[in-house]
Amino acid sequence: MAKQAPKAAAAPEQGSLPLAPPPAPVSAPPPASTDARPARRATAESMAQKQREISVSEFFTKNRHLLGFDNPAKALLTTVKEAVDNALDACEEAGILPTLVVEIAEVSENRYRVAIEDNGPGIVKEQIPKIFAKLLYGSKFHRLKQSRGQQGIGISAAGLYAMLTTGKPLVITSKTGQGRVARRVVLRIDTRKNQPDVLEDTAVEWEKDHGTRVELELTGSYRGGRTGVDAYLEQTVVANPHLELLYLPPKSEARSYPRAANELPREAQEIKPHPAGVELGMLLHMLQDARGMTVKQALVDGFSRVSPALAEQVCVKAGVRGTIKAPDLTGEDAERLHKALGEVKVLAPSASCVVPIGEALIVEGLKRRFHGAMYFSTTRPPAVYRGNPFVVECGIAYGGDLPLDESAEVMRFANRVPLQYQPRACAISESVYEINWKNYELQQPRGGLPVAPMAIFVHLASVWVPFTSEAKEAVAHYPELLAEIKLALQECGRKLAASLRARDRAESEAKRRSIFERYIPELGASLSKITGDDREKIELAFHRTMTNFVKVIELPAPAAAAPPDDADPPAADASA
Amino acid sequence: MAEPKHQAARAERAKKTVAKIQKLAGETLREVRREQNPAVSIPIRALSNVTFSAKRQLIELGDKSQSREFFNVSMAKKFMQTFLVAGACKDLLESGKTTSIRDLFYMTKHTIKGAKENTFDDQVESDPIIEDLEVSLDALREELHLFAAKRGSMVGPMVIVDAGDEIDLARMGSGGWSIPSITEDYVIEFKKSEAEYVLLVEKEAVWHRLNEDKFWKKHKCMLVTGNGQATRGVRRLLQRMATELKIPLYVLVDNDPWGLYIYSVVKQGSISLAYESMRMAVPKARFLGLRTRDFKRFKLSEDVKIDLEKEDIARAKQMLAYPWFAAKHWQEEIGDLLAAGFKMEIEALSNKDISFVTDVYVPEKIAKKDWLA
Repeated sequence: MAKQAPKAAAAPEQGSLPLAPPPAPVSAPPPASTDARPARRATAESMAQKQREISVSEFFTKNRHLLGFDNPAKALLTTVKEAVDNALDACEEAGILPTLVVEIAEVSENRYRVAIEDNGPGIVKEQIPKIFAKLLYGSKFHRLKQSRGQQGIGISAAGLYAMLTTGKPLVITSKTGQGRVARRVVLRIDTRKNQPDVLEDTAVEWEKDHGTRVELELTGSYRGGRTGVDAYLEQTVVANPHLELLYLPPKSEARSYPRAANELPREAQEIKPHPAGVELGMLLHMLQDARGMTVKQALVDGFSRVSPALAEQVCVKAGVRGTIKAPDLTGEDAERLHKALGEVKVLAPSASCVVPIGEALIVEGLKRRFHGAMYFSTTRPPAVYRGNPFVVECGIAYGGDLPLDESAEVMRFANRVPLQYQPRACAISESVYEINWKNYELQQPRGGLPVAPMAIFVHLASVWVPFTSEAKEAVAHYPELLAEIKLALQECGRKLAASLRARDRAESEAKRRSIFERYIPELGASLSKITGDDREKIELAFHRTMTNFVKVIELPAPAAAAPPDDADPPAADASA
Repeated sequence: MAEPKHQAARAERAKKTVAKIQKLAGETLREVRREQNPAVSIPIRALSNVTFSAKRQLIELGDKSQSREFFNVSMAKKFMQTFLVAGACKDLLESGKTTSIRDLFYMTKHTIKGAKENTFDDQVESDPIIEDLEVSLDALREELHLFAAKRGSMVGPMVIVDAGDEIDLARMGSGGWSIPSITEDYVIEFKKSEAEYVLLVEKEAVWHRLNEDKFWKKHKCMLVTGNGQATRGVRRLLQRMATELKIPLYVLVDNDPWGLYIYSVVKQGSISLAYESMRMAVPKARFLGLRTRDFKRFKLSEDVKIDLEKEDIARAKQMLAYPWFAAKHWQEEIGDLLAAGFKMEIEALSNKDISFVTDVYVPEKIAKKDWLA
């Protein structure tokens, strides 16, 4: 590595790129002459010789932290996470209830062999090398549809990381259906060309009907805690009640999570972009691509919720003739069009593209991990930020065997994927901190999390989740998001508080009752001695009268028993 | 023989008290059967419910009372305790026996069935319940056949009948006659008296000095000590002597707020037993000393001074605000104490001479009418 880069290099990552110009070939510093102009060091031609394309794989090698491979512990987590996310996406897209096996085995110190196996649809032979060994290759980037993965960079990045740290290739086994032959493909990534390099491709026997198994060996570090693989899988199990998981951790015993829901989440509908959030560059792209279409047609075709009448209105507003060919529009016209698009009133996008977990299933999910005394959940109606519909959900597990005097655990999810890093930078955590939990009968130190036997679950479902970085660790602070998260938390908090108050009332009534009941026999004895009346009759009179002064309160059934509310999506639109 | 008459009167009184207890219990039962919250009305025994009658010179109980309800978590236990004590008193009354309030605590203390809780944990809990019962039944402790531990001694030129036994109080040796806790006329009778006044001293040691010096013989007085705060029995006896024998009462206490308080209780009663002031207070009681000014007047040694402590100062200031110390001479007396910043015990007088109190201090003060009232 060119670590002896010139001191002037701005950032080490860039300065140390092998492609960057080497230290200027200057023999000596310019003499301190009266001539102020510095001597030329290179010509455009000589520089051109050194300029060439940077492959994505090469870029990754230098910038692995951007994708969540900054340290060994995080690398192991990211690897498991990308593979599990992909497997779940694939199963759901194919309409298969997912059954996953996650194996982590310690090969030697700080070296792990990770295998993730699913019962998904499998991958056709030709696609295997591209999916696993070519960065930025996938089906999810080019569409607007709610899914766990978004860019198609994750699993191949994991493969690349594995290869870089251990030199071992990826091994993919996949079978696409009963009676078909399973393929076992051994892959390497050519980092220069961003191309897969197939080392082996053999047909193998696999008892599974269909599915995919990814195996890779990487340098990593297995650890527990909030940011560990165990926490990731536990939380994934909570947010995906329809997932059946067998987890074989490196040191402890296998953990099995049977399915808690036998229904797949409703399939998310793919949508076209909404005019409210479109950027000028994207609009230009759309217009250019709309060959043979008029501007009006391009608008109607390219966006959701844009009717011909609305397109006409936009064109009039922008002073653009709607009948001219879209690719012929000038830059200035496009700019005015963009401005007009932001000014007209457009119906919010259909909420059918967002799939929440649903209140009942959130409770089921929480029950898979916690043994609480009460559970609460709230699914907010769909809302919109920058043209993207989203739904916020919140769940609370309370009491039971949750630790009494500790801060509540906060679980953050985006499209059912746990967010484990950077809680302080995340809009979800910020909302939890900003809620005044004292309003809900809980203790909360100033500026802290509530201290209660409680776990808080927050899920953000959206076609496009705004992360603060490509590592997908924290949700960005859009005001619309913050407002909805807070509303969800408050709604859940109110449900909790109502139950806590009811419980306290019932407890205090029971306590009062027990005090009276304890003293009645004493009084019976004394009063009977004094008056000569029958002791039993006296006590009976006291018991009868007591009912006037003690309320009998039944504890309300805490968990929501309503049917899953996302089973049949309402046709209603999201209100912007 | 007066005995059968006494017995009959006693039985009659007991019957009346039992009837009062039965009435209270009967009302409670009626309320419960009407499905109402049973309640006992108890006059409040606190500073907020006492007044100082300037005319009678007594601390008197006001008419505020609290309702002690059973179906009220904060009162349920006390309600139960009230009838527990009432029941025990009924037993005592019907058997014709009397017992100490300590004994009553043990009679009524037991573990509540099915709970890890005692009816009473401490006598400190049962004593106020007895006082509550006294006020709500309008029956005195002795009418409930209860008495406190006795305390206090008396000698002097007087013959009394104590529970039928004739006793010459001039022949009590060095220990004196020990004053019982019930000193009502049906127990104690004054038969013959040559006493010209009564001298109450706070300290037993001083009483001992005066007795050994045969002060009472020389000056024809009843010499009494309450060993500190005078018990109800001692106070009742003092009042009876003051009213029945029509002789003045002098009080000799330490020169400190506590001494003043002892005097004040003897004189006009206490806050917690305000309902008994009428039977116990001696409003004309004369405060002999020790006074702050005595230090100079009798040229006492610096050695006898004791610095006032924080609590002394706080107590003295509190007393300045009591209406019964509102008179100018009392304000001055307490003011002198605070200004001097020291207190003295009666024994301080022994610093001059062992019998200074007998030979000089008391006779001189009485002769010169140097007292406060």
